[in-house]
Amino acid sequence: MLYREAGQFKVSYAQDQQIFPIRQDRVAVLALVAIAFIVIPVVGNQYWLSAIFIPFLIFSLAALGLNILTGYAGQLSLGTAAFMAVGAFASYNFMLRVPGMPILLAFAGGGTVAALVGILFGLPSLRIRGFYLVVATLAAQFFILWFLTKVGWITNYSSSGVITAQQIVILGYAFNTATSKYLLVLSIVTVMALAAKNMARGNIGRSWMAVRDMDVAAEVIGIRLMRAKLLAFAVSSFYCGVAGALIAYAYLGTVEPEAFSLDLSFRILFMVIIGGVGTVLGSFLGAAFVTLVPVLLSVTVRFLDSSLDLHIAESAISNLELMVFGGLIIFFLIVEPHGLARLWQIAKEKLRLWPFPH
Amino acid sequence: MSFFFEVLIGGLLSGVMYSLVALGFVLIYKASGVFNFAQGAMVFFAALTYVGLLEHGFSPWLAVPATLLVMILLGLVTERVVLRPLVNQPQITLFMATIGLAFFIEGLAQIVWGANVRGLELGLQDEPIQWVTDTTGMNVSKFDLVAAGVAALLVTALALFFSRTRIGRALRAVADDHQAALAVGIPLQQIWAIVWGVAGAVALVAGLLWGARNGVQFALTFVALKALPVLILGGFDSIPGAIVGGLIIGASEKLAEVYLGPFVGGGIEGWFSYVFALMFLLVRPEGLFGEKHIDRV
Repeated sequence: MLYREAGQFKVSYAQDQQIFPIRQDRVAVLALVAIAFIVIPVVGNQYWLSAIFIPFLIFSLAALGLNILTGYAGQLSLGTAAFMAVGAFASYNFMLRVPGMPILLAFAGGGTVAALVGILFGLPSLRIRGFYLVVATLAAQFFILWFLTKVGWITNYSSSGVITAQQIVILGYAFNTATSKYLLVLSIVTVMALAAKNMARGNIGRSWMAVRDMDVAAEVIGIRLMRAKLLAFAVSSFYCGVAGALIAYAYLGTVEPEAFSLDLSFRILFMVIIGGVGTVLGSFLGAAFVTLVPVLLSVTVRFLDSSLDLHIAESAISNLELMVFGGLIIFFLIVEPHGLARLWQIAKEKLRLWPFPH
Repeated sequence: MSFFFEVLIGGLLSGVMYSLVALGFVLIYKASGVFNFAQGAMVFFAALTYVGLLEHGFSPWLAVPATLLVMILLGLVTERVVLRPLVNQPQITLFMATIGLAFFIEGLAQIVWGANVRGLELGLQDEPIQWVTDTTGMNVSKFDLVAAGVAALLVTALALFFSRTRIGRALRAVADDHQAALAVGIPLQQIWAIVWGVAGAVALVAGLLWGARNGVQFALTFVALKALPVLILGGFDSIPGAIVGGLIIGASEKLAEVYLGPFVGGGIEGWFSYVFALMFLLVRPEGLFGEKHIDRV
């Protein structure tokens, strides 16, 4: 009843090509953005903003980056965290070594360095594919972390390999509070998500999808494989690099290379798979799932523990969380292998017909 | 020169240990096309179960078959609960499911048996064999040699199983072509259950040896990561490939650490095998023994 596009006629090409062709979608997205920009900073407290929303947004960005590579271009990667590390450490060095460097430019610089590294490790994808490529990206993961730990210059010869991110100052305004950091991260993520959405539905995105579905066929119809694949690696690594820089500057403050371990790569891959491969929306849904479920789990377990007086040991709780998390992943994959984004799609179809059965 | 050979032999023998883990991967990949990331967790689970049973007063001779039973059960349950509902899904979905499975098994193992690090005594000392040291001046660990022997035995047994038995032939048929195998009346799901059971048994062997070598601890799950370059080198679907790949990776890794490591600050063991495998892939994308892939539109 409410969600129906009947009567919304397209009378110009611009209207036909807009991102959200259905009016209700536009309203919903604008409302969501308004809530994110206005309601959440007002309502949310320090803990929610800095421990839930900021990491959620940053991981969404990283998941978006991986989704471009894995979901759109079909190149499986387990090196995400390493590319994030490159972004974080490159931004740090830009800020450290270039006097008067604007921070946003440093983020972009970090992303660009990550993109270059991404192209380098994407080169094998021209020869190999599938799980063989996974191992190639694992090489990136282990090599980059080792490199960051071994080369003292990168961490400015800090003895423990830990870097402390400089303060974020834009045009003389210092981003100190959780609210201001949240708004900064949100703005960056919004702009980059918009860019990703447009890339995905444009020429580049279509060539990526053609490569994903069958690269030989794509090559036959005239898509330049090398360009498409390396571009996917570059764009994906750029997104991951910016996400890594944001982790260092807006979320953690101090980071060491170990923060970007293989574990993080896996978590981001989970976000993509659970959210929905090859959808922008899915990256956000997946990031929300992976960020929130462990929090919810630990709250629930602790609540049950204290209310039922079970006295579960601390280590048992964390193992229980591990089990439930693993079980949930399997459950979701069985129930909906195409991810949460597909569930949303189905819900929309149902809404369109509601209240009629057909 | 004798130092070179010592490093080489040490590397080859440790490569055998990688091969043991890689074997489990190959078995499952061959028969069902699933890249089973939970193999490392299964190795950990097997070692922990064995040690746990010993602590509960089982004798080693009873604990081994008991653990074997548990591992086979685990394989069967996995096939039934995780894989059967996911038939016909893309490989990446199955891969993700096995990562979820790995989390589940790791959590389960530590809840049931506790998370503290434990030693595992097989009655084998990790010490050099005296007469080899006397005659050639090289140190060759007795433990490594026994591990290599066990691996050789396991591979022979598996090779015989695959080539001589009825089930083995059915397994190879399934590996070749699922649909064709179904068409000639091979029960696909039964075969998968058997493969997962066998992979569980292989995990037990790997778990016992790795546990005895490094102690039974959470780090055992990372052993699976070490097996990946081995798989790449040997090809995902080749049992001899897993062995040869393991030997090459083990030897090159140790040699690189000794001869190359000092120039770049050491610690290269963590990534060298991956980069080595990567270089190799650029020359031969399907691995040493992997089936050659032909692209068709």
